[in-house]
Amino acid sequence: MSTPTLTAAVTIPGESLARVELAPVAVDLLRSLWQEHGPLMIHQSGGCCDGSSPMVFMAGEFITSDQDVRLGRFDLAEPGQPEQPLDFWMSVEQFAYWSHTFLTVDVVPGRGSGFSAEAPRGVRFLIRSRLMETAEPFAGPTTATTQPPTAEPVATETRPESVPA
Amino acid sequence: MTVYATPGSPDSKVTFKSRYENWIGGEWVAPVKGQYFEDISPVNGKAFTEVARGTAEDIDLALDAAHKAAPAWGKTSAAERARVLNLIADTIDANLELLAVAETWDNGKPVRETLNADIPLAADHFRYFASAIRAQDGDHAQLDGDTVSYQFHEPLGVVGQIIPWNFPILMAVWKLAPALAAGNTVVLKPAEQTPASILVLIELLGNILPPGVVNIVNGFGLEAGKPLASSKRIRKIAFTGETSTGRLILQYASANIIPSTVELGGKSPNIFFSDVAQEKDAFYDKAQEGFVLFAFNQGEVCTAPSRALLQKPIYDSFLSDAVARTAKAIQGNPLDTNTQVGAQASNDQLEKILSYIDIGKKEGAKLALGGERADLGGDLTGGYYVQPTIFEGNNKMRLFQEEIFGPVLAVTSFTDYDDAISIANDTLYGLGAGVWSRNGNVAYRAGRDIQAGRVWVNNYHAYPAGAAFGGYKSSGIGRENNKLALGHYQQTKNLLVSYSENALGFF
Repeated sequence: MSTPTLTAAVTIPGESLARVELAPVAVDLLRSLWQEHGPLMIHQSGGCCDGSSPMVFMAGEFITSDQDVRLGRFDLAEPGQPEQPLDFWMSVEQFAYWSHTFLTVDVVPGRGSGFSAEAPRGVRFLIRSRLMETAEPFAGPTTATTQPPTAEPVATETRPESVPA
Repeated sequence: MTVYATPGSPDSKVTFKSRYENWIGGEWVAPVKGQYFEDISPVNGKAFTEVARGTAEDIDLALDAAHKAAPAWGKTSAAERARVLNLIADTIDANLELLAVAETWDNGKPVRETLNADIPLAADHFRYFASAIRAQDGDHAQLDGDTVSYQFHEPLGVVGQIIPWNFPILMAVWKLAPALAAGNTVVLKPAEQTPASILVLIELLGNILPPGVVNIVNGFGLEAGKPLASSKRIRKIAFTGETSTGRLILQYASANIIPSTVELGGKSPNIFFSDVAQEKDAFYDKAQEGFVLFAFNQGEVCTAPSRALLQKPIYDSFLSDAVARTAKAIQGNPLDTNTQVGAQASNDQLEKILSYIDIGKKEGAKLALGGERADLGGDLTGGYYVQPTIFEGNNKMRLFQEEIFGPVLAVTSFTDYDDAISIANDTLYGLGAGVWSRNGNVAYRAGRDIQAGRVWVNNYHAYPAGAAFGGYKSSGIGRENNKLALGHYQQTKNLLVSYSENALGFF
């Protein structure tokens, strides 16, 4: 059976819609890297060179802080197997400019630098993006009264003019 | 016009070995685990050599060699170190074409750039730091009649340096020249996309540098970069690259309580005030070229002027002229001296750029030029080429906020001075910026108001040795290209000397 696309569980308080997914090829590669290295995490990079690539580190290797937002959590485990949680992180300041887009983690042939775990495999994780489908992707009816974290108001304030309202 | 012969053909200026080991202790040393990886030329997408896939064991060997060499190198006179650096510069100059072709083949950039910028600048940076270290004085202060404070510059010892792939030789030199001038020994890890050209250079320097002063270990970030950056045996780590790995490196440095300088990129605004277009003269022509410089080095520059801000009255006419000018840029074989736009450095870089063109369209940005992968035909079909691309949009779009590292420009308009500065500073980064105006007062004020480490006024993309380079905000920490960089590679020793014969009187 072929691997399906994996959608992240919502982790931002006050939100109800997923923000990130793994393409099947990314799920397969992450499972393989998990076998080699153990638990993993993703931190979305920015800036020079390989910036904008999602970086896969050993879980806990990269110390996150209040300056990071967790966009979602995946469970890489095959059905019926113990949970293999993989968190997807981004800096709060970068999220302010990315929050209106839905992210798909894909894999392409290539050779990235940086300390991401897949580089020796001759492939590179790559982000593909599309606009979030609703103008208010965040607050679901059951969570609308929940006080959102700092990331949420930032997100609503910085949506570009071109996003259909 | 010259078309340099392809490496591997009999007439080529450079002959790559079929395999490169690590350069440790002044000689080639096979990687401990015996593994290698292919180096692919972005010009045609084909492997042309293989290089060591170094691991922690190789980093340790390199650190052994660097530690062995450090005491003697650190005690050489500034005059002797300057002599060595000048000799390196002479060797680079004497091998200009060889190094330029090697760099073009490894990276994909046009040979007109490597011949006229990358390689000559590399030589000049060594000369600059040879001069800077000879001119550097210590400090002293007479604190009272019998007490003198002396301050000496001492090398840190062994330092680690991790190099990006966009200017493989020049970026290595930016870091090596101050480190060596200051008396340090180095373990350097090149980028895995461009591991070979720096090895061509180091082989030329084999008889100039004492063994162990510069050691080069290739390999992947996780396998070779991390053991270097997190080693307890380095006294400083320098890095140029993206923000996540940059933060990881700062984290490793904090664990070892060592300094780190990091250069993490930018999203540089290039501001054109209306008066630029008041005459269609030489200055207008210069400003037009300044706009097109977004495509310099295929946009793979941390300071690429990738956001053009045009004042409303000239928006349509200036943009129209600039699009026409960009459309004339010659994209082709990077080994042809007429070629102005070459290949992106790797396939994943190509894919990333195309993904940004895609999101740009989805966000509603208007495509004014390009927007596609370029197929140059023949042997170049397998290479990684992207058409110079221009989008119009607004500064909140991701095209305007992320470093695409490709020949993709995002253009928007501004109303007045305050609007220009507000848009320019609405970014996470602060590495470079450009300001174009015939009014010196406006240009000066804008230059000071933009939060970036380097603001080019009425020019762009000049990188002369001597002009400090480094970032504000999330663009990083530290300065290169200027004598300030010596301070990033030196310890301060204070010798506090009493010339009094008398006791202090406390006990």
